[in-house]
Amino acid sequence: MDTMKNLLVILITAILTNNFILNKFLGICPFLGVSKKLDSSVGMSVAVIFVMLMSTAVTWPIQIYLLDPYNLGYLQTVIFILIIAALVQLIETILKKFIPSLHQALGVYLPLITTNCAVLGVTILNITEKYSFGEAMVNSLGAGLGFMLAMVLFSGVRSRAESESIPACFKGMPITLVAASIVAVAFMGFSGVVDGLFK
Amino acid sequence: MKQSNWKVLLNGIIKENPVLVLVLGTCPTLALTSLAVNAVGMGVAATAVLLCSNIAISLLKNIIPDKVRIPCYIVLIAGFVTIVGFVVQAYAPSIYDALGLYLPLIVVNCIILGRAEMFANKNSVLASACDAIGMGIGFTLTLLVMGSIREILGAGTWFGWQVIPDAVTPMSIMTQPPGGFFIFGVLIAVVNVILAKKGKKRKVSGCGACPSAEHCAKASEGGC
Repeated sequence: MDTMKNLLVILITAILTNNFILNKFLGICPFLGVSKKLDSSVGMSVAVIFVMLMSTAVTWPIQIYLLDPYNLGYLQTVIFILIIAALVQLIETILKKFIPSLHQALGVYLPLITTNCAVLGVTILNITEKYSFGEAMVNSLGAGLGFMLAMVLFSGVRSRAESESIPACFKGMPITLVAASIVAVAFMGFSGVVDGLFK
Repeated sequence: MKQSNWKVLLNGIIKENPVLVLVLGTCPTLALTSLAVNAVGMGVAATAVLLCSNIAISLLKNIIPDKVRIPCYIVLIAGFVTIVGFVVQAYAPSIYDALGLYLPLIVVNCIILGRAEMFANKNSVLASACDAIGMGIGFTLTLLVMGSIREILGAGTWFGWQVIPDAVTPMSIMTQPPGGFFIFGVLIAVVNVILAKKGKKRKVSGCGACPSAEHCAKASEGGC
C-alpha cells in the first residue's frame, strides 16, 4: 500500500506541482512553437510521453548497472544524449515500417524531440533523485502527462490570445509569454495539493 | 583583429542577440534568472561551452561527413559540457548547486547547436571564436538584465545586496516561474518597439537554427 501511495505522490507531483513546462521551464521551445493548434499539441505531447518512457527504460538500467559500478558517472551527459538520439531514430524507423498510421501522426514531432531538454532533463532527474526503476518510470509518465496538460491547456489560451486585438509590439511571442505567465500562476495554485491529498 | 571579425563579435551582442532577437535558449533564460548570480553563472558556463564547440567544429568542418554532422556536434558539445561541469564543480561549488539540472542541459541549448549549424561549420576558426564570444556575451548580458530585474523586484536585492528598503514588500512572484515568463515577454516587447522605431524587422532564425530541420516536414512550410 505504501509503495502505491508513494508512486501516486510521485505521479501527481510530476503532473501538477512540479510541472515540467510551467514550473521547471523544461521543453519551452515546443511549448512556444507547437502549441498553436490543439491537434499538433496533442501529437507532440504523445510523442514526448512515448520517448520519455522509452528513454527512461533504457537510461536508468545503463546508469545503475553500467556507469555506477565502473565509476563512469562523468559520462552520463554524453551517453544519455546519444541514447536519446539513437532511440528517437530507432522509434521512427520502426514506426515507419510497422505502424505507418502512427508514424504519420507522430512522425513530424519525433525528430524535434532529440534536442528537447525535457527528455534529457527527466532522465537525469530520475538519477539525481535516486528513484527506483518503478519510481523512475512513474516520474517520466507524470512528467509527460504534465507536459501534455500544459500544452493542451495553453493551446486553448493561445488561440484566444491570437484573436484579440493587442498592441503591435506585444503581437506574437510577447503576448504568448505573458499568457504563459498567467497559466503558470494558475498552476502555482496546485502547490499544496499533494500535501493536502496524502497527509 | 580584422574589422570583419570585430563586426561578427558585436553582431552577437546587439543586432542578433541570441535570446531577445533570435529567441533561442529560452529554457535557461527563464529557469535561471530568479537571481542575478545564477544568471551570470549560467551565462559564463554556456559561453565557455559555445567557445569550445565553435572552435572545435570550425576546425573539424572538413573532416566531419555532412550526413552525420548533427550527432558529431552533439557528442562534441556534450564532451565540452562535461568538462565545464567539472570546472564549475571544482571552483564554484555554490554555482554548481544552483545550476543543478540545467548545467548538463546546456547540451540541448539551441544557441550552441544553432551557432554550430549556422556559423561555425561555414567560417574560419577565428571568425567562429569571435562569433562564440559575441553570442556568449549577448546571452550573458541578457540573462544578467533579466536576473537583475527579477531579483530587484522579487527579492529587493541585487547580487545579494539590499537595494530596496525593508519597508517595501518585494513582489515575490517575480522570482517565481510566472514572473520569469512575464518579464521575458515584456523584454521581447521592448525589443520589438526598438526594432519598429529603427524600421527594422525581426530577423527570424526560423528553422535554420533547428538541428532537425532537414528531417522536419514543417520546415519547408516555414516553421512549426
